[in-house]
Amino acid sequence: MSLLSIDNLQTHFFTSAGVVKAVDGVSYSVDRGEVLAVVGESGSGKSVTGLSVMGLIEPPGRIAGGSIRFDGKEIANLPQAQMRKLRGARIAMIFQDPMMTLNPVLRVETQMIETIKAHRSMSWNKAWAHCRDALGRVGIPSPDERMRAYPHQFSGGMRQRVAIAIALLNKPDLIIADEPTTALDVTIQAQILHLMQQLVEEDGTGLVWITHDLSVVAGFADRVAVMYAGEIVEQATTDGLITAPRHPYSRGLIGSVPSRNVRGTRLAQIPGGPPPPLNRPDGCRFAPRCTFRKQGCEAAQEIRDDVRCWRVADLPALEEVSA
Amino acid sequence: MVYIIRRLMQAVFLALVMSFLVFAGIFSVGDPVAILIDPEATQAERVRLVAQLGLDRPFHEQYFIFLGNVLQGDFGNSFVYNRPALELILERMPATLELAFASIVIAVVLGIPLGVYAGLRHGSVGSKTIMAGSILGFSVPNFWQAIMLILIFAVILGWLPVSGRGEVGQFMGIHSSLFTLNGLKHMALPAINLAIGHLALVIRLARSGTREVRAQDYIRFARAKGLSEKRIVMVHLLRNILIPIVTLVGMSFGGLIAFAVVTESIFAWPGMGKLIIDSIHLLDRPVVVAYLIVIVMIFIILNLLVDLLYSLIDPRIRLDEVRQ
Amino acid sequence: MTDVNTLNPDLLEKKPAPERPVWRVIREFRSSHLAMFGLFLLLTIVIAAFLAPWITPQNPYDLRSLSIMDSRLAPGEVGFSGLSFWLGTDGQGRDMFSAILYGLRISLTVGLIACTVALLLGLTLGMVAAYFGGRIDTIVMRLVDLHLSFPPILVALILLAVLGRGLENIILALIIVQWATFARMARATALSERNREYVEAAKSLGLSRTRILFGHLLPNCMPPLMVLYTVEIASAIALEATLSFLGVGLPSTQPSLGLLISNGFQFVMSGQYWISVFPGIALLLLIVAINLVGDRLRDVLNPRNIT
Repeated sequence: MSLLSIDNLQTHFFTSAGVVKAVDGVSYSVDRGEVLAVVGESGSGKSVTGLSVMGLIEPPGRIAGGSIRFDGKEIANLPQAQMRKLRGARIAMIFQDPMMTLNPVLRVETQMIETIKAHRSMSWNKAWAHCRDALGRVGIPSPDERMRAYPHQFSGGMRQRVAIAIALLNKPDLIIADEPTTALDVTIQAQILHLMQQLVEEDGTGLVWITHDLSVVAGFADRVAVMYAGEIVEQATTDGLITAPRHPYSRGLIGSVPSRNVRGTRLAQIPGGPPPPLNRPDGCRFAPRCTFRKQGCEAAQEIRDDVRCWRVADLPALEEVSA
Repeated sequence: MVYIIRRLMQAVFLALVMSFLVFAGIFSVGDPVAILIDPEATQAERVRLVAQLGLDRPFHEQYFIFLGNVLQGDFGNSFVYNRPALELILERMPATLELAFASIVIAVVLGIPLGVYAGLRHGSVGSKTIMAGSILGFSVPNFWQAIMLILIFAVILGWLPVSGRGEVGQFMGIHSSLFTLNGLKHMALPAINLAIGHLALVIRLARSGTREVRAQDYIRFARAKGLSEKRIVMVHLLRNILIPIVTLVGMSFGGLIAFAVVTESIFAWPGMGKLIIDSIHLLDRPVVVAYLIVIVMIFIILNLLVDLLYSLIDPRIRLDEVRQ
Repeated sequence: MTDVNTLNPDLLEKKPAPERPVWRVIREFRSSHLAMFGLFLLLTIVIAAFLAPWITPQNPYDLRSLSIMDSRLAPGEVGFSGLSFWLGTDGQGRDMFSAILYGLRISLTVGLIACTVALLLGLTLGMVAAYFGGRIDTIVMRLVDLHLSFPPILVALILLAVLGRGLENIILALIIVQWATFARMARATALSERNREYVEAAKSLGLSRTRILFGHLLPNCMPPLMVLYTVEIASAIALEATLSFLGVGLPSTQPSLGLLISNGFQFVMSGQYWISVFPGIALLLLIVAINLVGDRLRDVLNPRNIT
């Protein structure tokens, strides 16, 4: 049994302009100790899926259908009081911008200790020592002093380390990391990535790593789910996806990762942009941008061999494409 | 420390400038001799009085004498009460301060919860009602609000007294109407009257602050940590919206003391404001001058305090100071 | 070219001549019912106040038309002279409705004159400060800061304590209270406009400073200042009413709304509410109407909305 399994999740936003189906039938699962990368453009619904798992969807949005099972228990639309007990304790989340995720007017110690106190009773002193150790574990120098500091006294990378330390405080079974390295410098990105990899390995935590940049997770994730316009278009092992992407969109993504291109050739691009969320095509949502589009694509909405493309078997092999 | 010293020096400079302006204003208008002297006095008596008051000296000398006296706490005697003007004002100050204090408490204690509620439940009927009320509180002139309060609570309902300070109780060496029931009843209407404008302001600030802060990532992160809604609102949200509100409250304390002039006149509250209005009507110039200087000092001290308080609440400000 | 036009007349209709900014402002202003209501209310009040001598049943300051027998009649009662007083009468037998309209006239006049002069003064000083910068700017802005750190009511009170009551004096006091607000706003907008291309262009064309200042900077600083002007009229009227109520504003020969309310205050305790309440409602309606219009103007004149 998987640690987290999402099945046909529907998270919709009921706006005055119409219903935005931000997540429209997404299914994926993560096991303990497994790293799943969810890749997609902004607006593809990858973050909303993460927030749905956390029960952090706010009106006008709500989970309109499907199921989210965590450790065998249904948690979609769980009452807030019960959801609160899971959040930060068994499922933790890390957000994109470390400048924004820590409260600017509260000391780091306050923000750490409250996370423990929200879930178990522990003396202040004991909690403090625990938090200090957690800071040390994520590689923050002289944690004793830094506990008393305010967020603005840390650099961006250090703040993200603090956020990671907070996420790990209660030894969660699952961490959802929503582009935690996007806002950081490249060298810091690598450090944070390495740190996360090491920490989840040590604790055997399941990790959902949401990103728009496939190259970030290439050497790190076990499996990859590619999202497009509220749907998952392809799921595969990381190696499988990188060496042999099958869905036309995945192919485009791989093509647009610089390292795969031979020096001197033009970087491949996916023409156009994602469809507006209120006005998506009926059939294949990627069809308008697809290089392999044919008659019938506009009506097709089916999954063949884990790939949301009805013609996946007919598509030319990868080598032919790049040639 | 450097920051505090610099602020103190600015304050002293401002006090000097204001004392000069006040003196120049008074100097340029009117002739105190004409008020002080018996109309049938001889020319010799007149000249003697002028010399005695130092009015024959050049402007700058007079100013320095005035300044010297003020520094020694001597503002001259009230024409009406024939007592030191400063003494009169200091005697009335507690009544004004307690009124202003009560109003601030009302404005903050009611304003923050109402504003936060309006911000959290944006678009709800309750929120709209609160905002409509606050707009009304802004638009209705203070003195007319006072009359309406009197009409409703004293004349029609007959619940509350409308004039005077009532019994003054003593607690820990402080005399105040806050410590007796009768005193509180007398204070209720004037304090509410003085509070309404600022209540409206606090509501607006708390509401816009709440709407801004609750969309921040750190609130979402706080939720993701599994914190209770109560802790998120009471600690994470409140601490952030408190910064502009504290500034406002600090700044407005001076404004409250100024606006107390209106409230005190209407409710016959024996404070500084009523004294100044009476003194203006009676042309009691030393009291007017002394009031002015005292008010200016209060303002300068308040501004200083607000700045210091600000740096206590917002840690980022202290950092800027270190950088400088 | 003609071919295109004849071939596709729709094309022409879909591209109307660019709308003039004035029309855009009017169109957007009209889209808010609340603001239109405010404008309607404001116009009604202003016209009624302006026409007061012709539409009021009596001239409340012509002592011959007053009768002491009519004093303090409740709203709706018929007086000794056969006139019915829909809003009651005051202590001297004055018809409240007439008194309110005359009072509005005075309040409006004082507010308009004071604000207009304060606007002109503040605008000039603010723009001069922004345009010349340096010493002049420092001096003007220090003065503004000093000024704005004290509550208006206090400044006005002190000025009137020195000057004494009177129509000219209260107008002067209001001007002194308000110029700084306008100066600060004018400087801020002028500063942001000064560095725009069109000023550079005007400079490179060799236009004179005055020409640039008044011909180019001024028109672009106007929208935010007009919003401020509207709102400040309301606060000037409120401040005048407050000062008159305290007995340091207008003399009793110029009975503005504040004085009417003040006169009625002594009767409130005996339940004769109308002498204070009705002028207060008139004042309230006037202020609310101005603020509604001002708020909407702020929205439609917001530079972010102007492309």
